[in-house]
Amino acid sequence: MRKPYVRPMTRWWRRDPYFVRYMWREATALAVAAYAVVLTVGVWRLAQGQAAFDGWLQALRSWPSIVFHLVLLAAMVIHAVSWFEIMPKTMPMLFVDGERVPAATITRAGLVTAVAAALALFALAWMLKP
Amino acid sequence: MKTIPIQVLRYRPEQDAEPWWQKFDLPYTDDMSVLQGLLAIKDDFDGSLSLRWTCRMAICGSCGVMIDGKPRLGCKTFLRDYAPAGLRVEPLAHFPIERDLVVNIEDFIDKLESITPYIVPKEPRTLEQGEYLQTPHELELFEQYSSCINCLLCYAACPQYGLNDKFVGPAALALLHRYNADSRDGARQERMQIVNAKVGVWSCTAVGYCSEVCPKGVDPANAVNQNKVASAKDYFLRFVAPKGAAR
Repeated sequence: MRKPYVRPMTRWWRRDPYFVRYMWREATALAVAAYAVVLTVGVWRLAQGQAAFDGWLQALRSWPSIVFHLVLLAAMVIHAVSWFEIMPKTMPMLFVDGERVPAATITRAGLVTAVAAALALFALAWMLKP
Repeated sequence: MKTIPIQVLRYRPEQDAEPWWQKFDLPYTDDMSVLQGLLAIKDDFDGSLSLRWTCRMAICGSCGVMIDGKPRLGCKTFLRDYAPAGLRVEPLAHFPIERDLVVNIEDFIDKLESITPYIVPKEPRTLEQGEYLQTPHELELFEQYSSCINCLLCYAACPQYGLNDKFVGPAALALLHRYNADSRDGARQERMQIVNAKVGVWSCTAVGYCSEVCPKGVDPANAVNQNKVASAKDYFLRFVAPKGAAR
């Protein structure tokens, strides 16, 4: 007698720590989008003139905004690290001098590039500071 | 002799409305695999336990089960690593349970057949013309994907397959890529229809667990995601190139 039993998928993301990490990677993409919105509002306020832009800068300096940015920063670090971890699996095989580039090297190269880009941007902002 | 507590998920379609856990205190030695443990249960404790197995050396791909919630080959996992706390063994996730540890894999077999899982020669050669030659680099492009043993641990690790079993899934797509990436093959265009479908590579969300659990180092997530690039090229190139250019 056949009576196949299908197990439910309820709350599947809690079943394995790997799935929990995956869900964090995906959820923190919302933080990236949120920061893009913050920057877009800045550009929009800039187009409205000096006073509007100064108002936006003032709003960024408020306590809730600083806390919000710290949360966004933490989320972006999680997002960047977890994405560079999966990156070798998402790209075509890379060969250098006929040897395949190992996954760990690709992940490291991604992380180093991200940190270098962040530092370069920070340095640029520091130099342009009025 | 040392013993280890082991719980096995039982399901007998004639008697049971749903699966239930059966406990055993299993005498074991350090060299015993989980598969050997299950066979010892069948021999010495409960002969009605059903499970699949054949080779006992990680090549037949029949003994895949969930061990403490993780997809693993019973023959490649050792009881000693779960002592003294014990372990729970259940059938592979995301497949309907047929009986005890036996799941229904017909869905995968259909998918495997659908991907044209063999080389369709690009240019037919006669015996006099000799063998098809390949460089080591051409071999490396597909070799790891040919190591798949169809054990289906990757399907048990794939939540997208669990949520929608129409998804072609990791192993079938990795094997599809194995043939598409082979320089001798000429059936790429046929297989691209499966790649491009909504239930083809685009149902994958790069969870990546399939590659973690693979006992043969196939890296199905890599095969699937390389084909997202191939599928995108296939889609856009037809607008800019004349017919047949997307190969």
